Amino acid sequence: MTAASPVISCKNVWKLFGAHPEEYLKSLTGNPGFDEIRQAGYIAAVRDVSLDIAKGEMLVIMGLSGSGKSTFVRCLSRLIDITGGEVRVEGQNIGEMSEKELIDLRRNKMGMVFQSFGLLPHRTVLDNVAFPLEMRGQDRHARRARALEVIELVGLSGREDYFPRELSGGQQQRVGIARSLAIEPDIWFLDEPFSALDPLIRREMQDEFLRLQEMLGKTIVFITHDFDEALRLADRIAIMKDGVVEQCATPDQIVLNPATEYVAKFTEEIEKSRVVHAGVLARDVNGHSMTGAPVGEKQTISELARLLVNDSRDFFPVADGSGSLIGALNRQEALDVLLGGTS
Amino acid sequence: MTDQTMILSSKSQSWTRAKTGWTLFVAACVLALGNSLLPAGLVRPPEWLILPFADWINAIFVFVRDDLGLLYLTRAFADAVEWLLDVTANLLYGKNRWPRVGPIPWTVIASIGFVIGYALQGWRLSLLTGGTFVWIAVMGQWKWAMETLSVIVVAAPFSILFGLVMGILAWRSKAFERILNPILNIAQSLPHFAYMIPVVVFIGVGPKAGAIVTIIFSVPPMIRMSLLGLRKVPHEVIESGHMCGSTRWQLLRHVRIPTARTEILVGVNQVIMQCLAMVVLASFIGMPGLGQKLLQLLQALKIGRSVEIGITIVLLAVMLDRCTKAWATKQPEHFEKGTSFAVRNKFLLLGLGLSLACLVLAQFIPLMDQIGRRDAFTISKPIDAVADWFIVLIDPVTQWLRWFLITWVLIPIRDAFLWMPYAAVLALLAAAGWAIGGLRSALVCLAFFGLIAISGWWDRAMITVYTVVVAVSIAAVIGFPLAIWGSFNEKRAAIALLVCDTLQTFPSFIYLIPVVMLFGVNDVAVVGAVVLFAAVPLVRYTIEGLRQVPETLIEAADMSGATRMQTLWKVRLPMALPTIMVGVNQSVMFSLFMVIIAAFIGTQDLGQEMQRALSSTDVGKGLVLGLAVAFMGLMVDHLVTTWARSKKDALGLE
Repeated sequence: MTAASPVISCKNVWKLFGAHPEEYLKSLTGNPGFDEIRQAGYIAAVRDVSLDIAKGEMLVIMGLSGSGKSTFVRCLSRLIDITGGEVRVEGQNIGEMSEKELIDLRRNKMGMVFQSFGLLPHRTVLDNVAFPLEMRGQDRHARRARALEVIELVGLSGREDYFPRELSGGQQQRVGIARSLAIEPDIWFLDEPFSALDPLIRREMQDEFLRLQEMLGKTIVFITHDFDEALRLADRIAIMKDGVVEQCATPDQIVLNPATEYVAKFTEEIEKSRVVHAGVLARDVNGHSMTGAPVGEKQTISELARLLVNDSRDFFPVADGSGSLIGALNRQEALDVLLGGTS
Repeated sequence: MTDQTMILSSKSQSWTRAKTGWTLFVAACVLALGNSLLPAGLVRPPEWLILPFADWINAIFVFVRDDLGLLYLTRAFADAVEWLLDVTANLLYGKNRWPRVGPIPWTVIASIGFVIGYALQGWRLSLLTGGTFVWIAVMGQWKWAMETLSVIVVAAPFSILFGLVMGILAWRSKAFERILNPILNIAQSLPHFAYMIPVVVFIGVGPKAGAIVTIIFSVPPMIRMSLLGLRKVPHEVIESGHMCGSTRWQLLRHVRIPTARTEILVGVNQVIMQCLAMVVLASFIGMPGLGQKLLQLLQALKIGRSVEIGITIVLLAVMLDRCTKAWATKQPEHFEKGTSFAVRNKFLLLGLGLSLACLVLAQFIPLMDQIGRRDAFTISKPIDAVADWFIVLIDPVTQWLRWFLITWVLIPIRDAFLWMPYAAVLALLAAAGWAIGGLRSALVCLAFFGLIAISGWWDRAMITVYTVVVAVSIAAVIGFPLAIWGSFNEKRAAIALLVCDTLQTFPSFIYLIPVVMLFGVNDVAVVGAVVLFAAVPLVRYTIEGLRQVPETLIEAADMSGATRMQTLWKVRLPMALPTIMVGVNQSVMFSLFMVIIAAFIGTQDLGQEMQRALSSTDVGKGLVLGLAVAFMGLMVDHLVTTWARSKKDALGLE
């Protein structure tokens, strides 16, 4: 396996619910719509989804409830068997795995966090976190040591002996996160992990999550119905509707070039300047004369607002992290993003 | 079909439904009125129609018992149970069997009771559990109570294990569940005695038969509750188990069963309560213990002594119920870091310490070891005195009531029921079925009662029906106003619910004591016992239904200027009706059970025949009679649940 090959790769994944989904799928020709399939008595939860997830990438799957995003993420871990297509994890087709292989995969490679936490009510925090280690038969001491380590990582030290019902929602989700990290998974699924929390806690947990991700650098599939959350966390966003991925691109791309009307409607209310980075708008230098201090490629347009308004240069040099020049930022273009007009 | 056409078609359907119902009702009336003109075949089922079900069942039983050799299997199982019974009997009341160390001094058991109650809920439960044992010992009933308890101690674990395994199987396999479900439905509506007869055939009489009939009788609720619990485990908890890499067995063992803990423990509670009810009744098949004593004393009309035993049974029931409920609802709690071993395990240490102390003391103080009959207290004399005084005091009332009920209510109604041609009854039931649930329900009603008709026990069945109808009606007349009065005030309602819950834990046998005391042994006593027993669920569900009406609806009614009566009639009662009907349903079930049990104080219905079948160990007859009773219950259950479901849909509840 080369470094460039994707960790998870989906090809034409279908998931239909109904009486005889597989036969029905075979009988399908062309690409029928959601309603058409529904008329036939089937619910199309996932329709013909193909996408790759690279190592260390954070893919956020965004969609309203019923869009099929939760079903899709369960197809990736084979909590749900797919109706058609294939899902490969590190090159292996998980649809063909035996139960034992699948259990091994989950025991060593995957972790998942759930919207309503999915904690075992009769186990203490420590035992909940150690549960996956217990399942794979690690001995007590190793289990305990590792569990304490992750509990400290998520900031719950001192509460190891509490039972889930004695914790607040935010704390319970920390337990859920700790449990999913206990086996040091390479792939981390998070199914709306912060949706059940109130807004302030949610914000705090997002920060916490970003801190963890920076430390751990896992491959992540993150589900949310909150577009702001998606923009905040994602390397790439896949927007789903009625089981179809409408667009899968970086946040900047989604905001700047929505692929469909549906995506456009989502981005309408978003302040683009907070999302778009200078690096994305940077064009080839070809001959533009540029002087003065460069702007960083990671800076958003909104962060540059004051400069853009006050500085009269037509083009700003854009530099990457190491300070070398990567392109030119057209002031007019940037102002359009900032002020929302088109010229 | 669009929504609109669906509404239209359902309207027209309900219109024809009601019409068909009325047509059938008119047909029933015509049949009834033309009673004397009808051919005999329509008045009573003709001879050629009656099928010898009993003989068939007997043939099957003989085949299974002798040819298949099931007898050896059951006898082997019975021997295993007997061995366990002997062990507990030795420990609890010193029966001369292995391990020959008993009996454990009563103070030891009482102190363990105190500690368990305290550990489960606190000092109040502690007083109840410990106090119950103290009462039993002091009243000199230790041996009988321990005989009863020793059966429960052996039977309950078997039932729990069987129930759990069957529940898991039913949860795993849809096909198994589909087979199990109707069996459970019938099993839960078969009267207690119907279980005893086959057991007597296969095992004989005595404690082991009592234990085995108890095991069989108490399994169904455990199956139901484990199935329910396993189904209710949240989806995400199971998925999280999968994602932690659990194998199927690990998932069941570590995720599903522990998460279903509360439901499973509620099942345990029901098993134990069913066990107690059955153990008390198993006195009819020679099971010694409190039940047998009570039966003897009641038959000898020794009111004081039976009240004493009754109190013991009630205390045991309430104690077992509260303890297992407390166990079911108890949530785990953590200890702060650095809590010492002694504090973490304080209840264990306390229990051990107290029992040891009692054990040692009992060696020197005989009264702490055992309290014999001579040293025991008794309150039977004053109770007898009070009862005599009370009976004499209200004798005119009871005499009049007895006369009035027998001459003006019971006999006329019974005669009316017996006078009805069976064809008219069937038409009437079909009418009710059709009006409520269309053709399907009508056929269900016809099938259940048609089978009773061709079983050949029509007259007896009608007497059972008449007793139940009269009793439930009287219970409703008393119960509904009481419940409505109770529901007006939050505090009152809470007390009433507590009283009802407590009354429901009593084994049915207990209800016979006061009525026998007041009315003696006759029809009125039977009806009285059934009324008492049937009123409890009526009151309970009516209060519950009325209390569950959403506050906003009542506020809306108040703001529309409704008086209290208007709110009651126009808002609260209609909203509560589905829940109330659940109460009516349970009330009918309970009365059927009670009518059969009350048979031993003299009735002429199916119950009495069942007693005869029991004494002649006629399996076929017993099961046919039991099924007849079960079919009555199942038919009412079908009608009420169908009706309640349509009502709930209409009200948009659930």
